[in-house]
Amino acid sequence: MSTTPKPNTSDVTPLAIDADLVTDLLVGFLRDEVRKVGYDRVVLGLSGGIDSAVTAALAVRALGADAVVPILMPYRTSSGASTADALAVCASLGMEPVTVNITPQIDAYFSGQPDADRHRRGNKMARERMSILYDLSWKHRALVAGTSNKTELLLGYGTIHGDMASALNPLGDLYKTQVFTVAAHLGLPTQVINKQPSADLWQGQSDEDELGFSYAAVDALLYAMVDERRSSAELRGMAFDDAFVTDVSRRVRESQYKRRPPVIAKLGTRTIDRDFRYPRDWGH
Amino acid sequence: MTVSAASQRDSPSRGRGQRADPDPTTVGAEGSPTDMVVALAQVAPRLGDLATNVSRHLAVIGEAASRGADCVVFPELSLTGYFLKDLVPECALRVGSDEVAALAAASAEIDSVVGCVLESDEARFFNAALYFSGGRLHAIHRKVYLPTYGLFDEARYFAQGDTFRAFKAPVSSAHPRRPWRAGMLICEDMWHPSAPGLLARGGVDLFVCISASPTRGVGRGSALGSAHSYDAMTRTYAQLFTSYLVYCNRVGYEDGVNFWGGSRVVGPDGALLTDPAGRDEELILHRLDLAAIRRTRIANPLLRDERHDVHDAETEHLRRNPTRD
Repeated sequence: MSTTPKPNTSDVTPLAIDADLVTDLLVGFLRDEVRKVGYDRVVLGLSGGIDSAVTAALAVRALGADAVVPILMPYRTSSGASTADALAVCASLGMEPVTVNITPQIDAYFSGQPDADRHRRGNKMARERMSILYDLSWKHRALVAGTSNKTELLLGYGTIHGDMASALNPLGDLYKTQVFTVAAHLGLPTQVINKQPSADLWQGQSDEDELGFSYAAVDALLYAMVDERRSSAELRGMAFDDAFVTDVSRRVRESQYKRRPPVIAKLGTRTIDRDFRYPRDWGH
Repeated sequence: MTVSAASQRDSPSRGRGQRADPDPTTVGAEGSPTDMVVALAQVAPRLGDLATNVSRHLAVIGEAASRGADCVVFPELSLTGYFLKDLVPECALRVGSDEVAALAAASAEIDSVVGCVLESDEARFFNAALYFSGGRLHAIHRKVYLPTYGLFDEARYFAQGDTFRAFKAPVSSAHPRRPWRAGMLICEDMWHPSAPGLLARGGVDLFVCISASPTRGVGRGSALGSAHSYDAMTRTYAQLFTSYLVYCNRVGYEDGVNFWGGSRVVGPDGALLTDPAGRDEELILHRLDLAAIRRTRIANPLLRDERHDVHDAETEHLRRNPTRD
């Protein structure tokens, strides 16, 4: 599969969203959740892809262009087009880009790990970028804004403690196809919206090739499975292929650990997150 | 900010410089002896910060009084915030708490309705609405229906109330006027139509409905899911029970969850009397007229014709012959 799905904006499907309302809610979310804990800035990794571009645009609306620090972190094999697209996003939003090339530290590390496959290398890069974002968040007195969407969070298509790490995430309840809708609403550069989604961890990587299905197909299935809680029989009745349903169900189940804090061995009467339950916004 | 023919609204304790002069024919003028001006304080409480929220309440009560309100209504759990989890006991008030005394003292010339965690002598914690009047705590409603599904977990932390009681709302008792009768409902209580039904049977002019309703449902081509439901319920209850209904929902975010506001006043014929508020903090004032209830009930004597005898007989029949639910 190599075609990038584009939401059909003329068709009111269950995944169709009121982009104006969603934008308003997410801008308010960023403004409120950043400011009430005593910050007024965010940093984020800007890859040139659609998710980080949408997060950046929402953050600029919420906090102002001067309060959003986009960090470009290319590796030597990263696509030149990605950097160009990230710079185009910065220009269109009035943000000042910061570039940190991660090649030296990645190559230094893997010079001692000659057997590392591309998945190890990709995960290491994702965590190196996380480490840089958290370091620069301290420098800029900013929170790290996340860019993981609901599709990749549910599929576990991300690196735990890597690109999945953030202080707050405006996109985590939006499926990938819904992110496209918001991107169009926000007027992001067309080359960012129209290109094929890729983690760009190695040359020629494509999300949909790697996953084996299109975002349009998997979003429709995930919505029916997760949001509507339809049974396997119902999903079959909706003409979802059995193997597809099985594969996606397995991915969701097997990646559950990525969406939870580390499991804690219970000993006392009040164990963190089990019977010691406080809201994150405690006192704010 | 909008100022309609019979209402005015502004940000509570904010934007004073932008406030329009009160319309002398409506709010701020002396109306008929049966009028009351209600103020809806659509606020965003600080989560788990009782002291800050109490002082904010005192300021808003003062502002509402200075603008001519007879009664000011705050949202559910307005003194604490909503997603408290284990903070419930830590934020709890007792009837004799200093905070309750301070709110009572601020409610000498204006009535107020606030939401709080109320602790009983048996160390049970209720999601409660307190009605203050004449400088004292006048009435209490303990939320009966505690949602415990989806994103809600209330029954884990709160004890269930077990009454729906209408009461005389003195409403600025300094003024000689026939007291209004009111009944209070808290959020999920509204999703069970027997609740307003019982209050109506007890005799109410005014439903005081407070909530902390989270925003969800952002599908295109439909109104915000949660707002749509409350729009239907508030209009339906007001019309079927030919009573005023004031709805005060909170705003702001807690742990990423937005609260959609939409506070409004509905007339006894089911008509919206104020445009639903947006998702920002607002103080909405509106004049209610007891005579409008009389007119509506003459035109539409639903309450007169209600067959409580049939209801009671059928309830007894169902008690003896249980249905499957």
